[in-house]
Amino acid sequence: MFDFSIVTSWIDNLLKGWMPSWAATTVECVLIGVGLLLAYALLALFYIYFERKVCAAFQCRLGPNRVGPWGVLQSFADMFKILIKELITLNHIDKFLFALAPYLVIIASMMSFAVLPWGKGLQIIDFNIGIFFLIAVSSIGVLGILLAGWSSNNKFTLIGALRSGAQMVSYELSIGLSVLTMVAFAGTMSVTGIVEAQKEGWFIFTGHIPALIAFVIYLIAGTAETNRGPFDLPEAESELTAGYHTEYSGIHFGFFYLAEYLNLFIVSGVASLLFFGGWMPLHISGWEGFNMVMDWIPSVVWFIGKAIVISFIIIWFKWTFPRLRIDQLLALEWKYLLPINLVNLVLMVIVIIYGLHF
Amino acid sequence: MANIQDKIAKLFPEATFEEGEFLLINIPDEKLHSLCETLRDDEELSFDYLVTIVGMDWKESLGCVYYLTSTKTNAHISIKVSTTDRENPALTSVADLWKIACILEREVYDFFGIVFVGNPDMRRLFLNIDWKGFPLRKDYDTNPELNPVSIENERQTDDTYVYTRDEKGNLVKNVSKVFEEGDFVVNIGPQHPATHGVLRFRTAVDGETIKKIDVYMGYIHRGVEKLCENLTYPQTLHYMDRLDYFSAHNYHHGLCMCIEKAAGIEVSRRVQVIRVLMDELSRIASHCLFIGTYCMDLGATTMLFYTLRVREQILDIMEKTCGARMTFNYSTIGGVMQDLHPDFVKDVKALLAVIPANIKEYNKVFTGNIIAKNRMEGVGVLSREDAISYGVTGPSGRASGWACDIRKTDPYSIYSELDFEEVTATEGDSMARFKCRLAEIEQSAHIIEQLIDNIPEGEIQAKVPKVLRLPAGHWFQLMEGCRGVFGVYIESDGGTSPYRLKIAPPCLNLAAVVDHITRGDKIADLITIGGSLDYIVPDMDR
Repeated sequence: MFDFSIVTSWIDNLLKGWMPSWAATTVECVLIGVGLLLAYALLALFYIYFERKVCAAFQCRLGPNRVGPWGVLQSFADMFKILIKELITLNHIDKFLFALAPYLVIIASMMSFAVLPWGKGLQIIDFNIGIFFLIAVSSIGVLGILLAGWSSNNKFTLIGALRSGAQMVSYELSIGLSVLTMVAFAGTMSVTGIVEAQKEGWFIFTGHIPALIAFVIYLIAGTAETNRGPFDLPEAESELTAGYHTEYSGIHFGFFYLAEYLNLFIVSGVASLLFFGGWMPLHISGWEGFNMVMDWIPSVVWFIGKAIVISFIIIWFKWTFPRLRIDQLLALEWKYLLPINLVNLVLMVIVIIYGLHF
Repeated sequence: MANIQDKIAKLFPEATFEEGEFLLINIPDEKLHSLCETLRDDEELSFDYLVTIVGMDWKESLGCVYYLTSTKTNAHISIKVSTTDRENPALTSVADLWKIACILEREVYDFFGIVFVGNPDMRRLFLNIDWKGFPLRKDYDTNPELNPVSIENERQTDDTYVYTRDEKGNLVKNVSKVFEEGDFVVNIGPQHPATHGVLRFRTAVDGETIKKIDVYMGYIHRGVEKLCENLTYPQTLHYMDRLDYFSAHNYHHGLCMCIEKAAGIEVSRRVQVIRVLMDELSRIASHCLFIGTYCMDLGATTMLFYTLRVREQILDIMEKTCGARMTFNYSTIGGVMQDLHPDFVKDVKALLAVIPANIKEYNKVFTGNIIAKNRMEGVGVLSREDAISYGVTGPSGRASGWACDIRKTDPYSIYSELDFEEVTATEGDSMARFKCRLAEIEQSAHIIEQLIDNIPEGEIQAKVPKVLRLPAGHWFQLMEGCRGVFGVYIESDGGTSPYRLKIAPPCLNLAAVVDHITRGDKIADLITIGGSLDYIVPDMDR
């Protein structure tokens, strides 16, 4: 398997040969920033196209098919349109907070990108509390949504923001606990550590029952965390028109829109990290030939492919299920998911202590 | 009928009677309330369903005609009450006897300026609050300068009025507020994805819980009744397509029947069969759209496309025969516009073949879904008594256990010969309303199955005078639209256009009941309940 750290250390050495080390670090930061933004934009565009095609297939439609071959350029055209649209300024709003909110949302999702295991040796920062950092920064997003709803000075956005606050704070618990279950199993919070621990088999297989339960809970809570259907109450088109981002226009709206899709990618990316081995190829012990074939597939493809498959499941939810009501949503979290999660954590600990895993 | 008359004559010696289609009781205003109370509460009579209140301007007097129906015996009766005071007309309210009367009396007040003493909410209903004059009065000034098109915001107020009489019998106007001080009022509508048209719910909420809803109508009020007074009878038909546009055939059929009844025109059996076929096809198309949009309101967008597939097939059939996919304008007085398209039978059979599989799919995708069940079961429960009191008919009323299908209770056209079941449920919740409509699709398909193979030959247009005049008199016709009981009242003075044409739409009642059944529920439930009632705004606003 190709190790991307060869490339990154070559660039590092090259730059350090030319300039002092502080300058080299600065240049590297800029390069990473550009790369990150590029990956971010491309992934978002891909996801918009992907979801539209998938939902069209569910609904007996064709989806976008006019701009470019198979409509692939449709999302580029849409994004360009959003970029050149007017940012409408409203009266009677808190202008500073109103403008700040979309940036908070997008920064939160962008920072989460830093710790995702893109490929072997291809990770922006790799430190011992990677997962912890991820959970921490992804929670900033809810602040942006609350601010957006509050500063718009509109009753619909306010209700949307309050729903969002209640929902995300609740489901953060489930995410945290299911992540904790897997961290306990891996024995490390470092992202590379977790991936390396799955060399002999992905956690979903080696962790069997408790890992499976954790995965299901993570998937439900992750869908809720990204405000997607059937948990899209903060937006709830048929109830609150567009919820917290009703008053936004132009690229400010675009930021919410992009962040929603990127959060979908992050949630699926973390799921693939915790349960499906991150970039780690599928290895079956004893099948040497098979393992070698698997190793030929680049690690980046493994990671992104896994993330897309999990995203597909989440998109599938959205286009099949009706929306929950706010009290049912909270009941689901506090009455079912949370207790199950706590029991599952104990179960996982028992499995680890007695070595009942594979 | 005779014994009812004797009984009332004994209790109310001042009442006079007119024989006609239904027994008509003339009663002075002072006795109206006690007469209505007797009619409603008497064990034998039990006229507990107020079909409509027809406001009337007989030039020398203003008044109302109340149409009542007994849910026990399905008998009809009407009451006429009038006042000669044109300056400050006032009648006694019956809003405490029938809950729907509150809205119906507001409508009469809006159009005729008759104040109802005791009505808790005497505001205008459709026109804006600064409107000058009462448009359906015969002496109404239509000068556009009096009511210019406003380019300013419409004046809004929370004030409502209650009229009472003091000891001397003079009218006293009391002001009260619609909402309490400090209520958090959210405007749901008039532009909103889930109100199914330009309807506005002013919703007082406590967090997510609904405290009170003020239904604000009239955004699409076109004054159809007023327009019809200046049109010939064949011309009035065109407006029926534009009320409930999903039951365009049914409404057309209803008005045609009323005019044919008045003019004594016999229509051929072929026309009867074609009309019933079209009515039932419309019903399937309408219910399909209901299922789709309802699921979309609940967040399951994909279902819409599955139901539109069937609806599209029906619209194609309609297009071939009627030449249009909406506003068909198909029935004429004494017949139908064109004969059936040669492909009609083949296309309808193809439709009947796909319906069972589609219904199975709907149940699989949506009805059995746990989230859908949680969202709909026990939400917006309407009891049978309230359904009758509010006059909630159609599938919504039948879901509450009230067998109110006009096709069964007062069979018109050829429905008495057909074999079909009246779908009823007892739960009265949103799920029951949903399932009733799903089951009605099957019943409508069953009706079509019986007719499609034996459409008789015959004339498609009876002989009708070029200039149609109805004899002086009044007629009332009920029929089953897709959303409930549609009533049409025609009063003629012998001319070529109606002296008064009153439309009693089902959707007005459906919107009126929203406040009652959403109290204490969540905002999301308002969408569920509103969707399950399936009102059409142009129908209620007219």
